[in-house]
Amino acid sequence: MAKRVAVVGTGQTFHKSHRPDVNGQELINEAVQRALEDADLTLKDIDAIVIGNMDHFEGINYVDCWSVDGSGGTMKPIIKLTTGGTTGSTLAIGGYHITASGLFDKVLVIGWEKNSESDTTGAITTAFDPVWDRLVFAGAIAALAAEGMAYMTEFGITDRDAARVSVRDRKHACNNPHAQLRKEITIEDVLASPMLSDPVHLLDVCPRTDGACAVIMASEDVAEKICPNPAWIWGTANRHTYTYVGDFKLGEIDSMKYAAAELWKKCGIREPRKEIDVIELYQPYSFAGIIWIEAMGIIPRGKGSEYIWSGATDMGGELPINPSGGVIACNPIGATGLIRCAEACGQIRGKADQRQVPDVKLAVSTGFGGCYWTDILLYGKKKPS
Amino acid sequence: MCADLSGIEPVIYKSGINVPYHWWAGDTASAFLTALRDRQTITAIKCGSCGMVFVPPRKTCPQCFTPNTQWLEVGPLGTVTAFTVARKQLAAIKDTVPVVFALVKLDGASTSMLHKLLLQNPSLAKAGMRVKPRFAQDRTGTILDIQGFEPA
Repeated sequence: MAKRVAVVGTGQTFHKSHRPDVNGQELINEAVQRALEDADLTLKDIDAIVIGNMDHFEGINYVDCWSVDGSGGTMKPIIKLTTGGTTGSTLAIGGYHITASGLFDKVLVIGWEKNSESDTTGAITTAFDPVWDRLVFAGAIAALAAEGMAYMTEFGITDRDAARVSVRDRKHACNNPHAQLRKEITIEDVLASPMLSDPVHLLDVCPRTDGACAVIMASEDVAEKICPNPAWIWGTANRHTYTYVGDFKLGEIDSMKYAAAELWKKCGIREPRKEIDVIELYQPYSFAGIIWIEAMGIIPRGKGSEYIWSGATDMGGELPINPSGGVIACNPIGATGLIRCAEACGQIRGKADQRQVPDVKLAVSTGFGGCYWTDILLYGKKKPS
Repeated sequence: MCADLSGIEPVIYKSGINVPYHWWAGDTASAFLTALRDRQTITAIKCGSCGMVFVPPRKTCPQCFTPNTQWLEVGPLGTVTAFTVARKQLAAIKDTVPVVFALVKLDGASTSMLHKLLLQNPSLAKAGMRVKPRFAQDRTGTILDIQGFEPA
């Protein structure tokens, strides 16, 4: 029988567009030291380490070994997980599985990226099939734009509706000292920003970021001794739906739909919109803020934009989304999904400072990968039964 | 379309992707590299807890997990702890083979630095030999600002 698992400490760097002052290991170390401090543990207490980043982003292929100066992995069990954009959320799920196994009591989970060190589009393109996709397709934005366009065509929303999502996240980011972009923007700013790939403007998409995040997970045997109010992991789910770009359903994201449905079922969530208190959505561009919450079952299909305009997902609304400012304000890719986890757990633990949503009992974090994969995790204040 | 695919010509795609990485060395490594470039000195950093002296310098001691802050100068003389002779010319080897790659433990350091030996005859290389750095004329802030180590 698997152990129940809780998050007992988290740490993040102050994410920036580039960090010339540190190398990768040193960047990782900042997040690790903060997580240990948050959990009031020392490196000696850590039984195993799970680390990950994007393949090809720094051009270093044995990151698990290379990073030990920073991770503290010297002479400890350590494993690397990397799944593209979902790396951070896969790390959270993998860390959960390893801790739940009962073989390790305290597991340090680390996601990081020095996005400034490579050509992001070149690196992301290596995720796509060389024979069928790469000759006519590159990078991340094209597929997102295709999804946005398909949804606009079906439901008649405009880029102005999507811009409202960017405005929300950038406003929220002002409350988060760790976020990279901490300046409010207006809908007019978004619409006036350069068009990258129709209908996606510059301010509709995430930036490139250098940053790291560390999360300490503990089994039920020790969690409450370390932290009086840990964030319990209630469940996780993930889905992969396609091999070639032409495979996926445009304008509705099946991987999210099925992963979320499985998670709600496993955890006994009947009305996610009413039961969940806050969501940290891995939302790399604004249109996803509308489309993906529909797939998640928060709001019926076609009603996402109306829900966003109502203010329900703003701070103080019915279901705040991305109190941290989310991915549009900050995207150190290999860390991004794990930052969602750390932020969701911070909400449960009442440690989210200026960005705290009051009285959070259930929180969700997600992960998204370039080929329309979805990871999703549910956390609770209450120990799961 | 014939169900039998025997004899079909195998089509091959050649990658057109070239990812231009640039790595930030970070303040700690940059302090070492600029001292090497500008002053032709080899610096090291010492752990305040266990006393290990690191070349290359490390911001955090991997054993003690505490920040290293104490800089010192090491060498320039050192001892070869191990070596190998590369005899096949590969794209990754910029010098003309044979090239002697060696680990050199500089006097005062706890760790060895990976570098090259400059020897007329590679068969003269041996572990335990004493060496000194030969600095490059044109220095750009990389470890190749030391051209290599030669017998002291």
